[in-house]
Amino acid sequence: MYPKELRYTKEHEWAKIEGKRVRIGVTKFAADRLSDVVYVELPSVGAELKFMEPFGVVESVKAVSDLYAPISGKVVEINTALVEKPEILNSDPYNAAWMVVVEPSNPAEIEQLLDADAYTAHVGEDQP
Amino acid sequence: MDETLKRTPLYRAHVAAGARMVPFGGWDMPVQYVGIIEEHRAVRTRAGLFDVCHMGEVDVVGPGAIPFVQGLVTNDVAKLAVAQAMYTPMCTPEGGVIDDLLVYRMNETDLMLVVNAANTVEDLGWIRDHVRADVRVTDRSAEIALLALQGPRAPEILQRLTGAPLGEIRYYWFRPNVQVAGKTVMVSRTGYTGEDGFELYAAAEDAMHLWEAILDAGSRDGVMPAGLGARDTLRLEAGLLLHGNDMDKTISPLEAGIAWTVKLQKGEFVGAGALRRQKTDGLVRRLVGFTLEGRAIARHGFPIQRDGAAVGQVTSGSFGPTVEKSIGLGFVPPVPGTVTKLPFYSRDRHVTG
Repeated sequence: MYPKELRYTKEHEWAKIEGKRVRIGVTKFAADRLSDVVYVELPSVGAELKFMEPFGVVESVKAVSDLYAPISGKVVEINTALVEKPEILNSDPYNAAWMVVVEPSNPAEIEQLLDADAYTAHVGEDQP
Repeated sequence: MDETLKRTPLYRAHVAAGARMVPFGGWDMPVQYVGIIEEHRAVRTRAGLFDVCHMGEVDVVGPGAIPFVQGLVTNDVAKLAVAQAMYTPMCTPEGGVIDDLLVYRMNETDLMLVVNAANTVEDLGWIRDHVRADVRVTDRSAEIALLALQGPRAPEILQRLTGAPLGEIRYYWFRPNVQVAGKTVMVSRTGYTGEDGFELYAAAEDAMHLWEAILDAGSRDGVMPAGLGARDTLRLEAGLLLHGNDMDKTISPLEAGIAWTVKLQKGEFVGAGALRRQKTDGLVRRLVGFTLEGRAIARHGFPIQRDGAAVGQVTSGSFGPTVEKSIGLGFVPPVPGTVTKLPFYSRDRHVTG
């Protein structure tokens, strides 16, 4: 149920390798858990993300949650459509609701992320 | 928390509907079924059905019941007509709010109090500590179920299930012994959403039948079950306070902005002296509404700052799905400033200008 081509953090972010760039978002598991997302705060273009450190915030009606960088690097694109319509995170977490695109400073970090099977096992019984 | 959570008579219906359950005031309650925003909008535009069985019901009966309760609460219970309901705080001698409750006048002498789930035990203790010989206090919470049908379509949906002329029940009045879907219930035109609607007091064993009958009768109108999440965003938009969040035993009803529930002229009652003093001396803090410019939410406990210094605290904050803004309530010192006039949302017939 989690896309095979993505890599995952235990904090529920996904990373998608696109040539020399990496696109980042959060998983359907996280979106369902949060439910009713009303606010997304993203870094600016040019910001430097550090591996597994917070880079943004997602707020739902009931809860607030930090976003953790699945990879270090410079932000080259942010999804302003998501900032304007945060609810698309609940409906389309892997496509329309991507968050940022980075140019990795240490591409090897991607090896530390989970593949779809490992992530599925990680969320396991917690499945909403 | 190792205390076992209590389940309402509707627990199975919630699980079957796929509700997300959370602990609330000692109960295992549905926070949402399909989503808070969708349920919120259903209540504002159509109708939503809430399980509020966790609320406590207390009978206060006997020849002394009305003067007894009059001495415990801040609002003027003597003004209640038979079949009328009233909202009132119940205070400590220092004027802090022990709980906020509904008082129903059942007949010439007897009252029923409806109290918050989390406070039921404490309220009962307080009431029994003050009880007098001509009054009998009975906790009926376990045997009484409470369902709230709220929203603009609520009257026509409920009317399909009863021959009683519901239109005759005015806001904050009720009718006992109404046949609804074949069960005997007390129909009260009250609620906690800012919408028109009813609260139905029924026998616990009839709760499931009524729940299903109402959802069935309202399916063509798009009625849906609504959870505590939507209940909270609805009440916040309507400027209604939540005890435990917006007020507690350290906060007076005057500070909480519900001075209209404090009748200092009615005679003595617990807290009257402290509240009179507070009124004379002036308030040091006041609950106000605020709207944020962005969509981030200021949540319960967040500091309110003025020129960089903390001056107060947020007591409730959420995204308001109808007003489509980040809204909240919080305490600030009584200084001039821009506050949002409450409520954030009001149904059409209350809108002026």
